[in-house]
Amino acid sequence: MNIIVPVKTNVDTEMVRIKNREPVLEGVPYKLGDLDKNALEAALQLAAEVGDSKVIAVTVNEGNRKIKDTIKEALAMGADEAYIIDDPAALAADQAGIAKIIAKAVEKIGDYDLVIFAEGSTDKYSGQVGPRVAEQLGLPEIGYARKIVAGGAGVQVDRGMGDFIETWETTLPAVVTVTSEINEPRVCTLMNIMKAGKKPQTDWTLADLDLDADTVASRNTLISNLAEEQARKNVVFEGTIEEQVDKLIDALIKEGVLEA
Amino acid sequence: MADILVYSEQLSTAKELTYKAKEFAGALGLGASAAVLGPDASAKAPDLAAVGADKIYVSEDPALAELAIDVVADALAQIAKEADATYVLLGSTRLGKELAGRLAQKLDAGAATDVNAVEVADGVLVAAHYSFGGATVARETIDTPVKVLAVMPKTFEIDAPSAGAGEVVTPSLSLSPSPVKLVGRKEKEGESVNLEGAVNLVCIGRGFGTKEDIELANQLCAALNAELGCTKSLCDWEWLPEARLVGLSGAKTKPSLYVSVGISGQVQHTVGVGTSKIIACINKDEKALMFGASDYGIVGDLYEVLPVLTEKLKAL
Repeated sequence: MNIIVPVKTNVDTEMVRIKNREPVLEGVPYKLGDLDKNALEAALQLAAEVGDSKVIAVTVNEGNRKIKDTIKEALAMGADEAYIIDDPAALAADQAGIAKIIAKAVEKIGDYDLVIFAEGSTDKYSGQVGPRVAEQLGLPEIGYARKIVAGGAGVQVDRGMGDFIETWETTLPAVVTVTSEINEPRVCTLMNIMKAGKKPQTDWTLADLDLDADTVASRNTLISNLAEEQARKNVVFEGTIEEQVDKLIDALIKEGVLEA
Repeated sequence: MADILVYSEQLSTAKELTYKAKEFAGALGLGASAAVLGPDASAKAPDLAAVGADKIYVSEDPALAELAIDVVADALAQIAKEADATYVLLGSTRLGKELAGRLAQKLDAGAATDVNAVEVADGVLVAAHYSFGGATVARETIDTPVKVLAVMPKTFEIDAPSAGAGEVVTPSLSLSPSPVKLVGRKEKEGESVNLEGAVNLVCIGRGFGTKEDIELANQLCAALNAELGCTKSLCDWEWLPEARLVGLSGAKTKPSLYVSVGISGQVQHTVGVGTSKIIACINKDEKALMFGASDYGIVGDLYEVLPVLTEKLKAL
């Protein structure tokens, strides 16, 4: 079974600091998305279960100057090869544009059974790209997988929907998106990291995929992107634990959220 | 007349969106319509008329029986064309987010998901949603002819509904069954949890040393009549089920009192509690980010603070 895993390398959101409500991105490192590692792990486990399989990572460079180092982590986890779409025009793409690029790349790679995405990226978390790629490729899609097994008509997928777990089944090829609960991504050993450098990496530009800057350019206008104004009181009590607890209870009663 | 078209598989969300769509439609010179799909769809039409829908597109086509995403997207794309919709408002539930991408692609539309505020400005709708893992809020307009917005449930409150014309339309849809089939459905193990509806909420994080210590938080919950939630780490460690996860990838809550215990305060968690009326936090690290997101804070070891707090609350 050949499995393509589109992954995103995004800024480490935990390292983004806020200054005057503006996000400070200068010097913030990029990393392989947390949920993308779950997607890779799911692909690697399924490939091992089925046997005679290949796992291919695909990424679109959205501003990561060290993209080759970051994608190496996907190879060190166990992906067999990687494709990097590295084109300045991709920086201006929105989710629809990124989905067009990935759909074209998947078609060009060809010979695949499954495309596994994270349910969303760690930074934007819009969840649009997987379903958009499925639609473009005319493929069935199952979202929010917490378990994927080969079987039935192709694969069977469990997904959590409120208080229920639903099992869905689809023919292949298909697109599946996964949540973090599906697995615990493996930690790369030094040996695997060294070996990863020797695995094949292919660079493509938009022209290689018969796309141009206009086709992928964002069609949304960002008006502002600021931290919310903190309107909290930020009172920190002093004194012994006993005194602080008394002060807290008094304050909550005065606020009307606790009954005396 | 061009329309704002509303759809959500959750009736309560469809009602909130329809109510607000009518307001937006008035401001933008559009009509407000809604779609209801799947088994028993027609029974839901009057509820949407009551909150402002002028037209309600109803389809119980057998291909929609399981509400498979590809078929729902196909049906809505056809209805959006028939309604000449310029905006499609969806609920940003799991199904709704999945649908947003697929439908937007069919309509060659831009989309925004997890939208938590919508306003009218200069004759268009501006959508707000979190960015950078919750650190900021992005406000954007969508500039394609058709625009898809998936809005978080409970973003809008229905305060003074006025009924719409409520004309029921049966669209002529051409749908094929999905290759994706539902083969089983079982209830999740464990008790059901309603964090979204909780009046009082206690959430716990990595400050807890062992799974057994969660009992301290359970006792605080009992004293406060609160629901228990947690951060992602505790779900990853399988100390608590995913149903108790609060934050970006879990529940977005609106409690009157929120008490954070042993939580550092990363935005990935705090976006799930930002609209609480009052936030109190307990953390032994006075530099914890959580103090900045709180109204009241106690600097102290939770193992010392919780028993005292619980006892004093019980004595009230």
